[in-house]
Amino acid sequence: MLKVKNLKAGIEDSQILKGINLEVNAGEVHAIMGPNGSGKSTLASVIAGKEEYEVVEGNIDFEGDDLLELSPEERAQKGVFLSFQYPVEIPGISVSNFIKTSISEQRKATGMKPMTTKDLLKMMRDKMELLNIKNGYLSRNMNEGFSGGEKKRNEIFQMAMLEPKLSILDETDSGLDIDALRIVANGVNKLKNKNNATIVITHYQRLLDYIVPDFVHVLHNGRIIKSGGKELALELEEKGYDWITKEADKKWD
Amino acid sequence: MSEKKKQSEDELLEKVTSTEYKYGFTTDIESDTIPKGLSEEVVRIISSKKNEPEWMLEYRLNAYKTWLEMEEPNWANVNYEKPNYQDVIYYSAPKQKPVLDSLDDLDPEMKKTFDKLGISLEEQKKLANVAVDIVMDSVSVATSFKETLSEKGIIFCSISDAIQEHPELVKKYLGSVVPTRDNFFSALNSAVFSDGSFCYIPKGVKCPMELSTYFRINEAGTGQFERTLLIADEGSQVSYLEGCTAPMRDENQLHAAVVELVAMDDADIKYSTVQNWYPGNDEGVGGVFNFVTKRGICYKNAKISWTQVETGSAVTWKYPSCILKGDNSIGEFFSVAVTNNFQQADTGTKMIHLGKNTKSTIIAKGICAGKSNGNYRGLVRISKGAANSRNFSQCDSLLMGDKCGSHTFPYIEVKNNSSKIEHEATTSKIGEDQLFYCNQRGIGTEEAIALIVNGYCKDVLNQLPMEFAVEAQKLLEISLEGSVG
Repeated sequence: MLKVKNLKAGIEDSQILKGINLEVNAGEVHAIMGPNGSGKSTLASVIAGKEEYEVVEGNIDFEGDDLLELSPEERAQKGVFLSFQYPVEIPGISVSNFIKTSISEQRKATGMKPMTTKDLLKMMRDKMELLNIKNGYLSRNMNEGFSGGEKKRNEIFQMAMLEPKLSILDETDSGLDIDALRIVANGVNKLKNKNNATIVITHYQRLLDYIVPDFVHVLHNGRIIKSGGKELALELEEKGYDWITKEADKKWD
Repeated sequence: MSEKKKQSEDELLEKVTSTEYKYGFTTDIESDTIPKGLSEEVVRIISSKKNEPEWMLEYRLNAYKTWLEMEEPNWANVNYEKPNYQDVIYYSAPKQKPVLDSLDDLDPEMKKTFDKLGISLEEQKKLANVAVDIVMDSVSVATSFKETLSEKGIIFCSISDAIQEHPELVKKYLGSVVPTRDNFFSALNSAVFSDGSFCYIPKGVKCPMELSTYFRINEAGTGQFERTLLIADEGSQVSYLEGCTAPMRDENQLHAAVVELVAMDDADIKYSTVQNWYPGNDEGVGGVFNFVTKRGICYKNAKISWTQVETGSAVTWKYPSCILKGDNSIGEFFSVAVTNNFQQADTGTKMIHLGKNTKSTIIAKGICAGKSNGNYRGLVRISKGAANSRNFSQCDSLLMGDKCGSHTFPYIEVKNNSSKIEHEATTSKIGEDQLFYCNQRGIGTEEAIALIVNGYCKDVLNQLPMEFAVEAQKLLEISLEGSVG
């Protein structure tokens, strides 16, 4: 589904990603871990198409499309979803209005008929139940006055509504207490199927107790320095990052 | 900012300035026009063409003399070349002024114009339950729903007809809220106003439908000087809609309207405006000069609410105001003012608290794009006798790009110590983060801007009647096409 090859990217003069290789297939869950400043969020932003990052080398293939040739909205319309680390407020626009606009724009782009209001409302209600979201939520303004947990849950709610092929969860666990974490993780697990894939970006192993990855990659200084199965995450939790980052630093310096 | 990003931003800003005015077309209707220029003779011609009684002519001549002694104001934060008042045509009426039994008898050309604007009269008549009094240039050519209204004793007609048929009301109230001498433009309007609307709601009557007028400037070089007078008698209620679009023109068109509202004891007037006159081209050439005086007076327990969505005109100078004369009266002002390209706006409101326990609310939202300049100017005056009165003001500005400017000039005068005033002001830019967030959800940049702007204006748009709110939203989208911050 997603093939990232030798991706090098950065902001202005500083190069952050120094040659990322990553392949994600349908039905898989990948975890990307790494210390602060290793380039995790940059990788998510570059895949989603945030303009301030400049790609200097490499390519990203998503189901046969060259993602780097597409605008952020086109990537979203093809089924790439990013759950933001810091979701943005849009004052005056209700959650339901925002999601309605989002869905209708995506359907328009893919040549599908617009959803009827009735179907849309039903879908919203079903997904709200799935994520334990209380009534009254839909008429609140997008992320305005939301707590950290509510913002993250709102991201997952949008993911549930948009049914993307590839979901990238950028530090979705940060700022969540244990109950909120469980609810969010449960939601992600319920949405998982053999046709979609998830990339979980996290600093801590904690989230991976709930969303169990098929593969774990360690990102350090702009490169994936180690990949493995879910046991790698546990090892990192136990030993910290130092033991592999030191080794990698020797190799690349 | 990276070079690439800078470039794409420049491209988008470039695109803003190349967005053409979508309602730019002219209607080819034969007009009855008098030579340009202003003199006592011209004032007499206007009055006689309209077959006016002697007292009306006196009123006009008196205004003309007053105007001659006045000077055009300079205090607004706008720059424009002062119009040559001798180069303006002061009267123009469609030659063919048929008495219409139904809207089907309307001139086909005129009908086409309204169709292009998306205003189908038939549809309006059937669906919207709106009585429409159209002002095409200076003379009203169609009035509908008169019967339904007259059953309730409501008078809704052109001001010309009112002068003929209800002289006692016109004589009593014309100039009672905006005196001739009030300002340069009100004096000019009082001398040469060609037409406009008149409305009277009798005691205790709740007007059963939204009253609406579509104004349209149509003759090249014709100044449009409407005069609107709306009287809501004791305990009555009315909602009045005014919407405007104008065809594209190269020369500046002068527009100096006067609107007077009278809300008697316990009356309630809601006055909504959507203004979309030609703003000039992307180099700042042409466009309508919009110098409007709008004011209402509230007697005991009365309420006047102004809502405006201003997207057009090259230069706007407009301060819909409320004089809260009666105890417990309420004044409200909700405004969205959009400027783009080279547009300049100096707009706001005046709330004059005279009575006890009077309340006023001001919500003003400015949106600036291109190289435009948007200003909020507002006065809240609480006089000595206005004990326990209150005001809340909120003035926000949203900037797009880095070539526009926005200013807020709040004037507050409080002469007693039992009153309470709150003022809030914010300035923000549409953030890259907001746009990217929307993009990531599959929403393109244009659509995202429309969404963000609508959210920003929600408090004001919510005040508009439903069908008007939809039109206003569309207008905001058209006005800001291609803008990004």
